[in-house]
Amino acid sequence: MRHTLSILLENSPGALSRVAGLFSGRGFNIESLCVASTLDSTLSHMTLVTIGDDAIIDQIIKQLNRLVDVYKVTDVSQDEFVEREMALIKVNAAESETRSEVLRICEIFRCKIVDVTAKTYTLEVTGPESKLKAVIDLLLPIGIKELVRTGTIAMQREQKNT
Amino acid sequence: MTKMAGKQIIVEALKKEGVEVIFGYPGGAIIDIYDALAKDGSIKHVLVRHEQGAAHAADGYARATGRVGVCLVTSGPGATNAVTGIATANMDSIPIVVLTGQVPTALIGNDAFQEVDIVGITRPCTKHNYLVKNVKDLPRILKEAFYVAKSGRPGPVLVDIPKDVQNAVTDFNYPETITLRSYDPVKEPHIKQIEKACRQMEESKKPVLYVGGGVISSGAHEELRALAEEINCPVTTTLMGISGFPGTHPQNLGMLGMHGTYCANMAMANTDLIIAIGARFDDRVTGKIEAFAPHAKIIHVDVDPTSIQKNVRVDIPIVGDCKLTLAKMLKCLKDNGSKPEAWQAKHQAWWEQLRAWEKRHPLTYKKDPNIIKPQYVIERLYEMTKGRAIITTEVGQNQMWTAQFYKFDQPRTFLTSGGLGTMGYGLPAAIGAQMAFPDKLVIDMAGDGSIQMNIQELATAMQEKLPIKIVILNNQFLGMVRQWQELFYEKRYVATDFEFTPDFIKIAEAYGAKGIRATNPDDVDKVLKEGLEYPGLAIMEFVIAREEGVFPMIPAGKAHTEMLLV
Repeated sequence: MRHTLSILLENSPGALSRVAGLFSGRGFNIESLCVASTLDSTLSHMTLVTIGDDAIIDQIIKQLNRLVDVYKVTDVSQDEFVEREMALIKVNAAESETRSEVLRICEIFRCKIVDVTAKTYTLEVTGPESKLKAVIDLLLPIGIKELVRTGTIAMQREQKNT
Repeated sequence: MTKMAGKQIIVEALKKEGVEVIFGYPGGAIIDIYDALAKDGSIKHVLVRHEQGAAHAADGYARATGRVGVCLVTSGPGATNAVTGIATANMDSIPIVVLTGQVPTALIGNDAFQEVDIVGITRPCTKHNYLVKNVKDLPRILKEAFYVAKSGRPGPVLVDIPKDVQNAVTDFNYPETITLRSYDPVKEPHIKQIEKACRQMEESKKPVLYVGGGVISSGAHEELRALAEEINCPVTTTLMGISGFPGTHPQNLGMLGMHGTYCANMAMANTDLIIAIGARFDDRVTGKIEAFAPHAKIIHVDVDPTSIQKNVRVDIPIVGDCKLTLAKMLKCLKDNGSKPEAWQAKHQAWWEQLRAWEKRHPLTYKKDPNIIKPQYVIERLYEMTKGRAIITTEVGQNQMWTAQFYKFDQPRTFLTSGGLGTMGYGLPAAIGAQMAFPDKLVIDMAGDGSIQMNIQELATAMQEKLPIKIVILNNQFLGMVRQWQELFYEKRYVATDFEFTPDFIKIAEAYGAKGIRATNPDDVDKVLKEGLEYPGLAIMEFVIAREEGVFPMIPAGKAHTEMLLV
């Protein structure tokens, strides 16, 4: 099962490496990892996507909590949550037919064109991982020249009745 | 507030933490701290001969006393040499603080002379570690280091201090207390879980208390004994749990696992309730995990949540300090009207079965009047020293025979590298223990292989005039590996036959110690007596049966019921 973990950790040198080392040292998977500062400059926020059965996820969360630098771990995928990822995709589009096809796909998925040349388009696409996958799958046969993804960030939905 | 340099802050912090002795080896990047230590003069420093010895000695000191052991080494090779000792402490949850010198901050990352990223290297084998970049952070970091090392599940903490930070000056203000928002180990067990566990104990007909090193590190031996006696429950200990429950107690079944007793392993295979206290279901204990304790419900008490549900499925997990948890369990049972007679009656059939197993295959070995059997040496040593020795071991057959044949009644008297299995641990650990208890008898049980792994520490012991006794069980083999080759590799003794072994008597003499050798069973008592009575360091060498094995043995990956017996 795919799980999205939201981790708050001390914004100290080595903290990221402790988390990464824990995963490699204990043979856990990292599907994606995204780290940035929070409103509190002493804490960093990390969104980590991993795969494993319940026992492994349980062990991952416990092992993360055991790290002295880790303040809080939440498995956001346990509940209703929002996740987003962004990708920049440079597509080969030299012929007019391809160019209009790329634009059509772009419109359907509400992507943005962020750079244009005579032979390429660069698209910015944002959404859950599934949407990115759909766009990439459609663009692949047309010819993706370059692809950069941010990795997933996620947030739990606020309880509606409170 | 007084202005102080980093090096003085370190000395003051050590004093505030009550540190009386540290183990170390100087070098260019730590020379300033040594200078400050000497100027202050109130902390005893033990000069080892290799930094691995410093880390093990600090570890031995910590195991023997329950306090934090401290070691001090220089940057680069000084720090990397200490890594095996740090990893040893980490695997066995031993609180030590390792202070390493580092090249000046301006040179970090430049591949400076004797520079190594020791914080990076030790990240996976410390509980936590720090690189101090600003002297202002030094008092807080030192306070945290000691707090983190000894609280929760204890472990080693490394503090890397660049040379310029050692000399930079700041206001010294040592925090009295500390709270860390990201680190707050649970001590108090959940009362509902305790109640559930007690109901389970009341229902069980065939319970076993399975006890690990957590009982010793939390000081829970009295609470454990009280509970075991109250509910008339058999107790089996892991290697790390030895001395946590009296070895001579009639309810003690002995050690379990790979070289555990027949009775303890049969008890695990047949029990209906495992009460695990401060143990972690390590592979040497469980054997084949699919066949482990097939009929048992499991209660698991541990201060570290990661130990629970890691290797086996647990029915009643309890996160908490072992001492507090055991006391609460006993109170809960008593509040519920626990009656000793009822427990006796309930477990009578179980005890009859256990005694039958004990009788069928007691811990034993084939005696031989012509050649010294290692088990005999340990039996005789036990008879002569009963209860008054702290025993350290090396790793391998010497360690297992000691665990099997010596009975430990007092906690913190059996110091051994259980998790990492570090050969060369015993001698430096004995130095640490003897520094803590100058008047106690401290014995290192060694093999001829492992004693050579840190034999240079004889010089340290001699310099400190420590009357350590070293028993070398010499079979001229790397015995445990040879045993595996005998049993599972058709006796191909590859690289385990020491074709050259030094003369240990001459080694003893070269260091100014006493060396005595026994080659005949009749000499065992005489040599032990002479060695134990000698006022200084003595090496007692016993030339033992070369191909003696450690039994019972569960081959790696086999079930508890698949023991090889004598």
